[in-house]
This record gives sequence, C-alpha cells and structure tokens, in this order.
Amino acid sequence: MAGERAATPLLKDELDIVIPTIRNLDFLEMWRPFFQPYHLIIVQDGDPSKTIKVPEGFDYELYNRNDINRILGPKASCISFKDSACRCFGYMVSKKKYIFTIDDDCFVAKDPSGKDINALEQHIKNLLSPSTPHFFNTLYDPYREGTDFVRGYPFSLREGEPTAVSHGLWLNIPDYDAPTQLVKPRERNTRYVDAVLTIPKGTLFPMCGMNLAFNRDLIGPAMYFGLMGDGQPIGRYDDMWAGWCTKVICDHLNLGIKTGLPYIWHSKASNPFVNLKKEYKGIYWQEEIIPFFKSVTLPTECKTVQDCYLELSKQVKAKLSSVDPYFTKLADAMVTWIEAWDELNPSGDASAKLANGAAK
Amino acid sequence: MSQVIIQDDEVDIVIGAIQSDLTSFMEAWRPMFSRFHLIIVQDPDLNGELKIPGGFNLNLYTKSDMDKVVGSSSSTISFSGYSCRYFGYLMSRKKYIISIDDDCIPAKDSKGELVDAVAQHITNLTTPATPFFFNTLYDPFCKGTDFVRGYPFSLRNGVECGLSCGLWLNLADYDAPTQALKPNARNSRYVDAVLTVPSRTMLPLSGINIAFNNELVGPALLPAFRLTKEGKFRWETVEDIWTGMCAKVVCDHLKLGVKSGLPYVWRQERGSAVESLKKEWEGVQLMEEVVPFFQSVRLSEAAVTAEDCVAEIAASVKEQLGRSNPMFARAAETMVEWIKLWKQVRSQ
Repeated sequence: MAGERAATPLLKDELDIVIPTIRNLDFLEMWRPFFQPYHLIIVQDGDPSKTIKVPEGFDYELYNRNDINRILGPKASCISFKDSACRCFGYMVSKKKYIFTIDDDCFVAKDPSGKDINALEQHIKNLLSPSTPHFFNTLYDPYREGTDFVRGYPFSLREGEPTAVSHGLWLNIPDYDAPTQLVKPRERNTRYVDAVLTIPKGTLFPMCGMNLAFNRDLIGPAMYFGLMGDGQPIGRYDDMWAGWCTKVICDHLNLGIKTGLPYIWHSKASNPFVNLKKEYKGIYWQEEIIPFFKSVTLPTECKTVQDCYLELSKQVKAKLSSVDPYFTKLADAMVTWIEAWDELNPSGDASAKLANGAAK
Repeated sequence: MSQVIIQDDEVDIVIGAIQSDLTSFMEAWRPMFSRFHLIIVQDPDLNGELKIPGGFNLNLYTKSDMDKVVGSSSSTISFSGYSCRYFGYLMSRKKYIISIDDDCIPAKDSKGELVDAVAQHITNLTTPATPFFFNTLYDPFCKGTDFVRGYPFSLRNGVECGLSCGLWLNLADYDAPTQALKPNARNSRYVDAVLTVPSRTMLPLSGINIAFNNELVGPALLPAFRLTKEGKFRWETVEDIWTGMCAKVVCDHLKLGVKSGLPYVWRQERGSAVESLKKEWEGVQLMEEVVPFFQSVRLSEAAVTAEDCVAEIAASVKEQLGRSNPMFARAAETMVEWIKLWKQVRSQ
C-alpha cells in the first residue's frame, strides 16, 4: 500500500471522544498517544456515587446519572440507565462537529506489519472523504491511497456523497450475538481485511457502537441509542436501533456510511448467558423490525435529520406497537430525544446541518 | 466449516484466446487448471493456429465452429475479441464456469503463497450468499468468521450464489482515463475478503476474472453491447459492464447472490492506456445513460428462469433505451437472438 503523503488533519478542536463506562478508564493509557490531543466526554453509567478515575493529562467532562437528570429534567427519561446506551447523552451535550465513540474494553490493535493502528486517524480519513452509496466499487473505497474507481463505474457518480458515519471493526473478540457466542466460545477474529467500503443505499446493516465515528452536524440527532437496561425488556440492541434509523435517514438524505477499517482490539468477552437474557426478545422482535425498516419511506418534505427522525418515530408507533408496547414507549422516547437535542443544540431553524457548537 | 466437495466434472474453465501463444498462460495455471476440463475459444479475428501446451483436457473452438453453430440464424451476435468466450459459455454443459483473461496469471496472497483462483471461485459459488442484509464481517460462511450481532436469524441461511467476481493485482481494471492519469498506479493491496453485493445494488462486473453457476444464470452472460470501435484491450470495451448489469438484475430478481472479492489474479502489463484513450468514447458516454435504467428495472413474477429474465430485460431496453439510441436497440435485439440461440443449442 502506498505511503501516506498528505497528513490527516487532527481535527483536535472539532472532535469529541465519547466513552461510556461503569468501571474504570485504565484502557485510556494505551490510547494516550492517539487520544491525548482530544477532548473526552465520559458518560458514567450505573451508581453515580462511585468515582471514576480518569488518567492524568486528559481533557474531559464527565457526566453521571445525577448530571443527566439535572441537565435534562423530565426528558432524562429517554436516556437509558444501567446500559452503555447512555453514551448518546454524550453526543447530545457535545459541541463538536465529529464524534468518535469507543468502549472501555477496546484497545489499540496492530496491523499485519506489527504497527499500532491509530483508529481515530483512520475514522477521520473515512469521514473526510466521500462515500459511494449509489454504485458499488469493486476495489472498495476509491478515495483511499492506492486505489480508484474501476472501469465501468459511472463517471457521473464519482464525486460521491458526504460521509456521515464511519463504522470500524474488531480483532480478537468478535461482536457476535449470544447464541453464536454459546456455540463458538473460542472463535476469535484474526482476519485483517484491509478495506473500507460504503454500505450501499437501500441496504441495512448491524451497526456496532464499540468503534464508531460520525459527523454530528450531518447525522447526530439520528444517533439515539434507544431505551435499554434498567426497567427495559431488552438490551444489546441500542446500537442496532441507532444504526437502522441512521441508515434509513442517510439513504433518504443521500449521505454515506462506511464500514471496515479501522480495527481495534476487543479484549473482553461478555457473558453469553447474561447476553442471551438481554437479547432474547430482540431476536424475535428483530424479525418484525427489519421488514419495517426495509419498507420505511420518508416523505420528501423531510429535509433535516430531526424531521426524518420524528417522522420515523410516528411510523414506529403506528407499525411496531402491535409487536410490543415497548415500541410505543420507544417512539415517545425518540420524540423526547429530539426535543432534548434541539434544546441543548439550538441553532435558529433546528437544522442539524447548521448547528456547530452553539454556546450554552 | 465443512469442506465443500465438488466434482471435477462439474466445472468448465473457459478461456477466450485474444493472443496466439497461450504457452506461458497455460503453464502458469497448470497446477490449478489441470484437474478440470477446459474450453478454449479463439477470437475469430485472430488468424493462424493457437499455441497450446499439452497435458490438458480441452476443447478448442474457432471461427468455423461459431459459423457452424450460429450459422445464418443471427447477424447481430458477434464473438469478436473478448466476446469469443461467450461461445464457450454457449457450448459448455457444466454446472460451473470459470473464466479468466489470457493476460492474467496466478497471484500471490499476503503470505506469498500462490492463490488458487479456481478453488476460491468454486468455494464462492458453492457457499451461500447474503444479499438481503449486510454482514460487517463480510462472508459469514468463511472459516473463522460468522454473522455478527444484529443480523436477522431468518436471513442466515442465505441464498444460492449465482456469480463470483474476482479481483486483480498489479494492473487493476481501471478505465483508460484513470490509468492514463496515473500511469504508474498498480494495485498492490490484497484485501482478504469475499462479500455479497447487496440486492438492488449495481456494480461494474469485470469479465477479467469471473465465475458463475451456468445452470442458474448461464443465459444472462451474453455478448450484447459492443462499442462501435471496440478493441482488443479491456480499456476499449464495455461489453462485460453491460452484461454484468443484466446479470445482476437477473440475480436480484431470482434471489441469487453475487459475490465480489477473492480470488485475486495477477494481471500482466499489456497495451497503453493513453493509446486506448485516443479511441472513440461515444459508447462509454452512453453507458452513463443506462445506469438509472438498470437501477430501476423490475421484472415480472412470471420471469422464473434466467432466459425469461433476459427476455424481459431486452424488451425493457428496447422500449426505454432503444428509442434514444440505436446502439441500445441493437443490444436488445442481440439479447433476444442470444436466448433463441441458447435454447436452440441446448435442445440439440
């Protein structure tokens, strides 16, 4: 692969790193060379009386449940408790254009040459170059160094679309569901696939929140991670829900979603029996949810992310409530989320595209 | 993952000979090809006898065979240049067909080992595809990987794979302007993945390194769209791009999968992109017009075989594209002729 010529912009004043945690942030030590220039938003889940120790030298703000309740008041009901889904609160309070979110059991991976992978730098590259959702390029991301559009790729589509989301992957412990974990407890992902590619328009995918970056201006309000955890009938579907909503809205607004590099090293395998309990309902509900998202159409009048999201919440209430009353609650929470987002991110005409760190 | 057992006699390797001396090509591929039956088709514009080394189980077809089979039944079907391979597809009775350009040799993977492109294509074709939902860990049927969390269980059986599109190291399949702008650009990135191209997503299906299930999609691999001044370098053709879009529409309609990625082949230096750039570009511009058509064309419930699908696509091409340009009308005609010929040959 050709060496990099142009330096990737650091974006250190334009990007926040959002980390949900209930235990500790020791993992940040390994990331220090790559993360230290950036501002961190730590969302502390679980018992708010516990003190989370942040390693020295990082610039951060930390929010626990008390803070969330104080800042959002009654609207705090849309933020999950006792689940990493609470991370989306971090997206909401951020004033930056870009968000990178990572789990606290994810470490720096090595590429096949043995070099440490700067995952954040790769996400930035992905977000700053266009996507190609309308036509599949067989050599993957054509904007990457060392590759291009192939013969037969329509010239009229070679400018691409803006990239809204960069979805990274994981070496070591793969992101499997509970049944797969039970059947294959020893399987590790050792395959380094040196590709970034755009997920085509009209195709859904399972979005994992472990190693994820997005353009908050372009898609932020769609990144609601749903109602999970304490008091909810389901867990481990937070990022999935956000991903399906985000993909439908990106397709509608002609924005791109990339997946592939960068890899991180996922170190902790969660307990499959615990996972099974959380996922159980989701496994059945998914079979109704997927056809719903596949058939969703958003009216052309929906031009902002918020408009699209509110429209989506109406359709969720209308079409998924019959699956379970949970979806009525979820649809209401989706509305609350947008109200809270707009309150914390005022921009005059409520367009997410214009909001860029309005001072509070 | 269970081993895929495939009978050697289920496979035909079809080679279109654009060059006379196939010795180095055949010797390079001997370890991978020798188990299988080969069909070599000589470009009807290529005079003289082909030079082919011994020790292969093969059938050779030339212009005279084409004349015998096609005879007077069609004047629109041309097997000239890269399209000569389609005659091989027509003649084959095997279930799986693998086709590689005669300027490609085996590539080496990132460990430095020679890639058996034939075996990989067979694996791709005989394991399920997943066109209805994207798996972020790529082909879930590959050893060492699986479906990820959030992948619907009802879609985990997958569907049959109709087409396997491989890639190229060294000289990538770029178009002439791209290669001319970057004359030293060579593809050195080995991406260790196979993935299913989602349903209703179009792609440029390069004919350089391709395999397909002849029983399921055979008739859709057809010679139909020729540039007026089509040449003997891939830079000077779009025939496979047109065919590829038809084949993808057929696969999408019949709920078959199209995979892309491994295997890689090593594509040797040949020709000059700048020289090819000087040729006529009318046909290439026309291809821009067809993209919206292929993205939106839908076939009827009555189309249940590849032949049915091709017939319907041809009718739509004639009606919707044929009016704006006679090249499309001709392509539609050729497609109809092809299906007739296909059925005729099969019935003998």
